[in-house]
Amino acid sequence: MEMHAEEVKKHVKVYITVFVALLFLTIVTVAVSYLHLSVGVAIAVALLIASIKATLVGGYFMHLISEKKLIYATLILTVVFFIVLMVIPVSHALDPIRYNH
Amino acid sequence: MQIPYNETARPDTGLFNAKLGLWLFLASEVMLFGALFSTYVLLRVGAPVWPHGYTILNVPLATLNTVVLISSSVTMVMSWASLMMKNFGKFRLYLGLTILMGMAFLVVKTFEYKAKFVHYGVTLHDGTEIVGHIEEEAEDHVVMLPDMKDGVQPSPVHIERAQIKRLTNFGPWYSTFLAIYFTLTGLHVLHVIGGLVVNIYLWGPGAKMWKTEPTRFTNRIEVAGLYWHFVDLVWIFLFPVLYLL
Repeated sequence: MEMHAEEVKKHVKVYITVFVALLFLTIVTVAVSYLHLSVGVAIAVALLIASIKATLVGGYFMHLISEKKLIYATLILTVVFFIVLMVIPVSHALDPIRYNH
Repeated sequence: MQIPYNETARPDTGLFNAKLGLWLFLASEVMLFGALFSTYVLLRVGAPVWPHGYTILNVPLATLNTVVLISSSVTMVMSWASLMMKNFGKFRLYLGLTILMGMAFLVVKTFEYKAKFVHYGVTLHDGTEIVGHIEEEAEDHVVMLPDMKDGVQPSPVHIERAQIKRLTNFGPWYSTFLAIYFTLTGLHVLHVIGGLVVNIYLWGPGAKMWKTEPTRFTNRIEVAGLYWHFVDLVWIFLFPVLYLL
């Protein structure tokens, strides 16, 4: 990322804000676990919070919010393959025949 | 020989080479951890019962480690920002803090792992299961102090060896849950150690480059940071998946 010192100074404020947001979301995710929600809801909430945190880290600390196209292209391809990896076990869980054994 | 595009961007990619290289490496890392997360899901949906992580693992310690790792990510990006503002002293301070917090993460993890290896589960031939700590171990019997239940400490239990079907600590062999827990967190710990080695080099002998090639050194810190943030990112998912769900 091409940046000048003045721009970096502005970014430092953003880093601190993101840090506070990450700490807050960590507290939220732990607090939610004490509510003992049903497994499905708990998984959805925990993964949603983790995804928000991941977006903040990726977007601001890793500067993905303003990156070059080639990096986006690489990551889109990675996400596609990652989804394939996740679909394999999930499709297994949704297979109705599995429960007839 | 001069390595090309380690300071300026390559015209066709718009990136200095190390940055593209690091992102390609991170893409492969996503697939490595992705394969293990996929394995976790498959094991979990295929298991007749699956324990809640918080009944076996130490959530307060893991929360502390989450805070430590998130803080180290901020200091890492601040070390790069300091170099961008030509402040080498602050860079050293922030990268030093990043290294210390990385080490703190490993210390906490060591305590967590150690607690698992001194925690035992015993299954008797009649099907009874007792979980706790071994107080006394003899050739013909063991004395176990069961875990507290609802704030009450049960009395120690004397168990004859002949009654025991299975006696093992909470290592990876104890259950499928602990097997995948140790695999995922163990791989993550190896990544923390790898990041620490690089960061210590860049804080120490590697920092000499700042005097001769400041832009190249700043780029090195940026890509080291990308890796460190990725390690933080993996933990952001590992923490709820293993400890809270």
